[in-house]
Amino acid sequence: MVKFGVVVFPGSNCDKDCLWAVKDMTGEKADFIWHESKDIMKYDVIILPGGFSYGDYLRSGAIARFSKVMDSVQEFALKKNKMVVGICNGFQILLEAGLLPGAMLMNKNLKFISKYIYLSVENNKTAFTSKCKKGQILRIPIAHGEGNYFCDDKTLNSLIKNDQIVFRYCDEHGKINDETNANGSLYNIAGIMNIKGNVMGMMPHPERAMTSKLGSVDGNLVFQSIVTHVKKYL
Amino acid sequence: MAKVKIYVTLKDGVLDPQGKTVQFALAKMGYKDIDSVKMGKYIEIETKNDGKELKKQIDEICDKLLANPNIEKYNFTIE
Repeated sequence: MVKFGVVVFPGSNCDKDCLWAVKDMTGEKADFIWHESKDIMKYDVIILPGGFSYGDYLRSGAIARFSKVMDSVQEFALKKNKMVVGICNGFQILLEAGLLPGAMLMNKNLKFISKYIYLSVENNKTAFTSKCKKGQILRIPIAHGEGNYFCDDKTLNSLIKNDQIVFRYCDEHGKINDETNANGSLYNIAGIMNIKGNVMGMMPHPERAMTSKLGSVDGNLVFQSIVTHVKKYL
Repeated sequence: MAKVKIYVTLKDGVLDPQGKTVQFALAKMGYKDIDSVKMGKYIEIETKNDGKELKKQIDEICDKLLANPNIEKYNFTIE
């Protein structure tokens, strides 16, 4: 079985949802990892969950990146066949830690946005989206105040060139423009990965879209893709 | 003993929705001659380090934690 570790920071609040998504819905193994723990190499996948680590003080994720566990996550990400997923606040932490390029600004409309949105799968040849079709439209909720992705032109060009953009905000028909941009993100970016393809951050919450009772099952595609990828190496 | 006053602001060209909203509000209040408003953070540090190394240390603190170089710049004064 694939072993997931879900990191718990002070202020994380999607940790239990992630554990549930992985354990109950995907049927794999999962443990919580306290942010002071350094022992994470036994896991195949580390999830940095959503929430408000350290109250989002200073900048979202800015304090959490100095947790003991993040030193280990840096090492973990360098290892072969190890995967790191940051969801919402987890994505912000990955950016602050420099594991992914860019930064988050406040949403363009200055509001905390909590609603179902549509995502286009920009790249389905990744360990996180192999179960999706290219351009497939996923319905997954967002819940954040600072999810307005920003990077400089050089970084954006390299993200595009290297197929590192995984998800983009769109409408239900897959149209990608300013009107369908959920929070003002540059290039409608909702999720990106590193060049190596083993670290991915996304603002939408796949763990909240695991069963029709919650309004969507599309989040399963992300977790199933990860499990399929890891099982190739087990 | 030294007091350091640090200002962290968004880099030029980075979208500042808070600044824009305040500017919009000021214009509505009749302050039509205001061309731009930028929002930032002000951080005050008191430190026992008042020697030559202080400037270097504050730069380090800003680079590592207080400002995110992707989107922000900073300046500071030492008293």
